[in-house]
Amino acid sequence: MAENTNSSASVGNWAPAVLLAWLIPGGGHFLLKRRERGVFLMISVALMFLLGLMMRGALFTPERGDLLTTVIYYGGFVGDVLSGVPYFLAVAFGYSQPDQAGHVHDYGTKFLVAAGLLNLLAIVDAFEIATGKKD
Amino acid sequence: MPKMNLSHFEASLLFALFTSVVLGVITKKTDRERIRHAVQTFAYFVLAIFGLSWLMYLGHG
Repeated sequence: MAENTNSSASVGNWAPAVLLAWLIPGGGHFLLKRRERGVFLMISVALMFLLGLMMRGALFTPERGDLLTTVIYYGGFVGDVLSGVPYFLAVAFGYSQPDQAGHVHDYGTKFLVAAGLLNLLAIVDAFEIATGKKD
Repeated sequence: MPKMNLSHFEASLLFALFTSVVLGVITKKTDRERIRHAVQTFAYFVLAIFGLSWLMYLGHG
């Protein structure tokens, strides 16, 4: 099997960008000198998370139960955490909202998870830029 | 923090907007292609919102 000798694929090259992209939405793109794209990613993810909070969405916590419950709660938790610093700030400032009925709360919960999933796309994009797979 | 009350339509549009922007930014190579892709994705979202809304309305009876 051919060994990957591309120096840009070494962990030291992409790890800082990926870590920063996770913690600060758009941060990885800033580090990689893609400022305009970083600004759009930052605004989109941050606003989506903020709107989720303003709609009083619930943040997931890992919870075990039947298969569906486990998948939803662990998946939701991972989605929330992927937002990075906004998630940690919300938790640190004591944001806690019970999961309750109502379409606004429900949208809020989805916005919070979707913000993290959009940030995941940004993280992957930062990784591909850092490893030279895309410009 | 003020509480926000949005209708299904408003929340769906905001969701579509942010998702389209991110998909536009990360998928294409030139700025022109990115804008085009973002607008196209947003248009598909809106189309799907209207289509599914009518489907649910008519299906509800």
